[in-house]
Amino acid sequence: MLIFIMRRLILAAITCVMISILTFIIIRLPPGDFVDAYIANLAASGSTVTTEQAQALRHEYGLDRSVFVQYGLWISRVVQGDFGISMMWSRPVTEVIGDRLWLTMVVSFAALFLTWMIALPIGIYSAVRQYSIGDYVATTVGFIGLAIPNFLLALILMYAGFRYFGLAIGGLFSAEYAEAPWSWAKLWDLIKHVPLPACILALAGTAQLIRIMRANLLDELRKPYVVTARAKGITERRLLLKYPVRAALNPFASAIAYLFPYLVSGSIIVSLVLGLPTVGPLLLQALVAQDMFLAGSIVLLLGIMTVVGTFISDLLLMWIEPRIRLQGRL
Amino acid sequence: MTATLHSAGAEDRFAEATQLQLTWWRFKRHKLALVSLFMVAFFYLVALLADFLAINDPHATDARRSFIPPQGIHLFDNGRLSPHIFALQGKRDPRTFKLAYTPDPTRKLPVRFFARGYDYHFLGLIPTNIHILGVEGGQAVDGIFLLGTDQLGRDLYSRLVVATRISLTIGLAGVTVSLLLGVLLGGISGLYGGFVDTAIQRVIEMVRSIPTIPLWMGLAAALPNTWSVIQVYFAITLIISLFGWTELARVVRGRFLALREEDFVIAAELAGASQLRIVFRHMLPSFASHVIAATSLALPAMIISETSLSFLGLGLRAPAISWGILLQDAQNVQVLATAPWLLIAAVPVILVILAFNFLGDGLRDAADPYG
Repeated sequence: MLIFIMRRLILAAITCVMISILTFIIIRLPPGDFVDAYIANLAASGSTVTTEQAQALRHEYGLDRSVFVQYGLWISRVVQGDFGISMMWSRPVTEVIGDRLWLTMVVSFAALFLTWMIALPIGIYSAVRQYSIGDYVATTVGFIGLAIPNFLLALILMYAGFRYFGLAIGGLFSAEYAEAPWSWAKLWDLIKHVPLPACILALAGTAQLIRIMRANLLDELRKPYVVTARAKGITERRLLLKYPVRAALNPFASAIAYLFPYLVSGSIIVSLVLGLPTVGPLLLQALVAQDMFLAGSIVLLLGIMTVVGTFISDLLLMWIEPRIRLQGRL
Repeated sequence: MTATLHSAGAEDRFAEATQLQLTWWRFKRHKLALVSLFMVAFFYLVALLADFLAINDPHATDARRSFIPPQGIHLFDNGRLSPHIFALQGKRDPRTFKLAYTPDPTRKLPVRFFARGYDYHFLGLIPTNIHILGVEGGQAVDGIFLLGTDQLGRDLYSRLVVATRISLTIGLAGVTVSLLLGVLLGGISGLYGGFVDTAIQRVIEMVRSIPTIPLWMGLAAALPNTWSVIQVYFAITLIISLFGWTELARVVRGRFLALREEDFVIAAELAGASQLRIVFRHMLPSFASHVIAATSLALPAMIISETSLSFLGLGLRAPAISWGILLQDAQNVQVLATAPWLLIAAVPVILVILAFNFLGDGLRDAADPYG
């Protein structure tokens, strides 16, 4: 079990390094460097920078040295929590991002939770009552969920809400709480707003998991041990939950590890449509304005939080699934 | 096994059938997949004949026909079959400044098949200007707008048809690159096993644990503004397939692992066949069908990726036309309130994704006809 945790930890660490390298590449991709952008920014506000000052700045940020040194300097600052300065806002990146990162994670985790809560019972139901009306409904909804990209779903719901109910769907807070400091009332407001985006995000993943769960459970239900247990007179409900469902959970569980990155990914684009105050809209603005420190930091933080989230869900899995604990592999 | 289930005639039929025939018979049983096959074929046909099927120039803008609602064709004229439309009159509301269109009953424009329209190259080769539909005697502002127009007065139907071309081919191109990467890495992983296998598996796990959209956005936003549509097209394809190959690699690896122990592979090895020959002559043909199935299941993801990126304004850029670019116009509620028909671009996206999913399902079931 310890070996399993260690392996996951090492893998997570390597993944974080890989994400940081990719982020660094993204930061460096646009033509010109940080100082060029900085000077252009200053020039726009009227002040000028001499060539010597520019050179000094370049030297200070290590831009006159090799790419590897630059990466090293950048990453050592990042580790200390210094993500650089956002061009667009002329403020430190951490300040600009603020609560948005946490809100992104809240929405993604809520979607993950919803996916579990919906997919598990419906998957079991449509396997046990195969070819019933409920099964067909679940399958149909599942396919629709699979076919509608979540941003389109958000768009359609938003239009429907506006057209038929006169509601402005979207946002994570009511207007009076948007700028207010955190309080219980604001938290309650958030809790009221999270379900809709979470549902939109969860639909596609749910559809996939229902199909996996249904297929696995159908395989298990035909096995002789189920017949044996039934012959021994165990109640149907207890029989179902104690044996085949637990056996069918395994592939279901490993699919969930890939679900979280997918949900975080989806939350970016859904946030843009619904106007949620997550990092999504900020990332798009930053990329369009080529505010690379802000954009890069968001990509990096999202990536790392996703890796951490996946690691946590791995640990949860291990707790649920004894086979992983014993064999030490997923 | 099969023999006991079928009568003598059917037994011969099954015994003599080639693998392709068996696969086809199995595939035909999956009705939804069969329908999806026709649907996919239809969409690719539309993509091929896009310019012919378009009615108006998809790039032509005209402020005088901004936000025209979808327009129907009247089939009968005084009981006689004579398809026509009424020319539209745009009037600006003095208070809201919104253009409102009313049909002008005095100007009846006959609709003709194979009418002349804007110039294009049929199948990219033959210069022509014949389109499937058109109006006769219309002025520059007139035209058939089956699905209405967008803010700049471009015909949505024609744009939708032309967009099929990019949206469907970028999926194919992306999946091809993914396939190359997937088969190469998955093949190496499955064939050699050991340390190489572990390393590649870990890389796959890593790639899959990264949220893709933010990374795509970052990479796509860095594409220089000066690049041409074609360059951006290929760059986007590459970016998308950079993270799309993992599932294919997994399938290929699984098949290699399963086949490595098969008798016919060992026989070929003992007969002294080179490794390359074993892979390409003996192993690859026996799991090609699985790879095709996995490919068709990977395609919708590619199409969604392109649509999402273009929707965000980071993918393909105007003047390119793709479904994502069309949906970009429908991004906010204010626009949708005025012109809900802009959402129509969502319909082909959903249909194509559904069709590819069912097709892939059917192919996967049919991939192993002996099972």
